[in-house]
Amino acid sequence: MKELKLMKGNEAIAEAAIRAGADGYFGYPITPQSEVLEYLMAEKPHERTGMIVLQAESEIAAINMVYGGAACGRKVFTSSSSPGISLKQEGLSYIAGAELPCLVVNVVRGGPGLGTIQPAQSDYFQATKGGGHGDYRLIVLAPASVQEMADFVELGFDLAFKYRNPAMILTDGALGQMMEKVWLREHKPRMTEFPAWATTGKTPDRERNIITSLDLDSARQEEFNLKLQAKYNKMGEEEVRYEMTDCDDAEFLLVAYGTSARICQKAVQLARKKGIRAGLLRPITLFPFPKKPLKEMASRLKGILSVEMSTGQMVEDVLLAVNGQVRVEHYGRMGGIIPSPDEIADVLEHKFTGGKNYE
Amino acid sequence: MNDNLSNADIVKCENLVYKRSPVMTDNVMHYCPGCGHGTAHQIIAEVIEEMDIQAETIGITPVGCAVLMYNYLDIDMQEAAHGRAPALATAVKRLMPEKYVFTYQGDGDLAAIGTAETIHACNRGENIAIFFINNGIYGMTGGQMAPTTLPNMRSSTSPYGRDVEMMGNPLRITELVAQLPGTYYVTRQAVHTPTYVRKTKKAVRRAFENQKLKKGLSLVEIVSNCNSGWKMSPVQANKWMVDNMFPFYPPGDIKLEGKMLSKD
Ligand SMILES: Cc1ncc(C[n+]2csc(CCOP(=O)(O)OP(=O)(O)O)c2C)c(N)n1
Repeated sequence: MKELKLMKGNEAIAEAAIRAGADGYFGYPITPQSEVLEYLMAEKPHERTGMIVLQAESEIAAINMVYGGAACGRKVFTSSSSPGISLKQEGLSYIAGAELPCLVVNVVRGGPGLGTIQPAQSDYFQATKGGGHGDYRLIVLAPASVQEMADFVELGFDLAFKYRNPAMILTDGALGQMMEKVWLREHKPRMTEFPAWATTGKTPDRERNIITSLDLDSARQEEFNLKLQAKYNKMGEEEVRYEMTDCDDAEFLLVAYGTSARICQKAVQLARKKGIRAGLLRPITLFPFPKKPLKEMASRLKGILSVEMSTGQMVEDVLLAVNGQVRVEHYGRMGGIIPSPDEIADVLEHKFTGGKNYE
Repeated sequence: MNDNLSNADIVKCENLVYKRSPVMTDNVMHYCPGCGHGTAHQIIAEVIEEMDIQAETIGITPVGCAVLMYNYLDIDMQEAAHGRAPALATAVKRLMPEKYVFTYQGDGDLAAIGTAETIHACNRGENIAIFFINNGIYGMTGGQMAPTTLPNMRSSTSPYGRDVEMMGNPLRITELVAQLPGTYYVTRQAVHTPTYVRKTKKAVRRAFENQKLKKGLSLVEIVSNCNSGWKMSPVQANKWMVDNMFPFYPPGDIKLEGKMLSKD
């Protein structure tokens, strides 16, 4: 049954996973995402749906449990926050290399190092450019509300299985901790049939299934890399998701995702009050990145401001998308600080129309 | 041989002394002549064949010389990252509790980079089997020092012998995990003689059968040689193993049915 609840973003992810028919979760505590594991342990999904939950000894073990489970064709996921996600990179590279579906949630906190437990968007490069070793990409979804935190669990699983590729929900401590009302879908039954490639035991009617990322033959390894690239290109054609607000008559465009995008919505209104015709493009998929709409809009814009809670990571993708057609600036806050709408409206005004220097 | 004997005369049940298990594939093995990995593979294949569990067994291969084990066993297999096989096996078994799940790992894989995964899978009592090939060295990468390298033993990263003052002592991880409540069966065997092959086969069979009992984890260590890494001939290597490895890693059962065996 569909249900309306007031939940933290982290809890919504956990509940949505149970309802999406997940088979297993493997996690390790870290602030600000520990509620995912806590909620699942309290909820006993084993009794509700048969889904298993295990607290692993480390993020390394957790992602490798995900690897093993995904190799069995099961819907498995893990969650963590930045330092833990760094530890998962080896596993993610293997999972991408073995072409397995899984879901990983990164509730980002400020870094580098142990950094802070406050929200940040400083893991964009790691999430969208590969993160681990080798030429691979994750499908990266960036929710901007607790509702999307819940919805993107199922979407993430679906895309992961469609492309046999790991998917990541890239969110942050603010969205993980904030409470909002959320519509939860009715329970989707867990899978009873598994993909043909899954290691479920070699029955006499088929060849054995081998899950590996190893191929020592250079020619075949190159071919495999090209196959992966073709897959990523296909995602670029078919899976790009974004949202536009007040873009029709916009002269100045804010580009922001997740928490920053929420702030930017208000900033657009404030800017318009100042007489600046601003709009907002919110990438929902960070990989594949919405290059096309940016490119198409670029020639009629007077400026783009990329707003991120980082020193400027997504701005590089914006620059690549518009390819010099329009001036692109970045504005970011770091270390767990969320910019205010006024601040962003002021920066937009001054960066592009002169005045107070916000560098 | 009598030239008049046809193949049909030779291929008869009563003449059979050894056969390759049908759970083995036709692929040519990459192992060095005299290496124990091939024998250990064959033992596992025979047990799977004899228990008739080919359709219910999932194996996890390590990073090490045995990384390509999936080329040789005709069962579903997953290739793990270095040291992480017990984590994969944990998930596989929990998601498919009715299946037989094993990992196959070298000493670098299991006792160095994968120590945490090994100890925690053992401590949780995951209902799986771990087959642990201890050749005292990193074979695949060219004979570097392993956590199991003996004191004073030479390797490419301990060219003057393992100086325990500087490099630490070898790790008897099998004895260590035997202490944990999650392990049900812990034994150390070898594969260099027919007698030991038979003993190892019994141990491997027991490790698979234990999974039916759902009592916890079985770990079978197989002390083996790495003649190329040790820079010896196969025969020399086996002798050296008996003379030097066995005193430090004595073959025999360590824990049976969840109980430590006393050492007298
Ligand atoms: C993360 C990582 N570190 C290092 C390596 C290189 N490496 C490959 S195999 C190996 C050691 C294998 O030794 P062991 O586990 O004892 O197995 P053996 O080859 O002797 O059978 C190492 C260090 C790797 N593949 N991955």
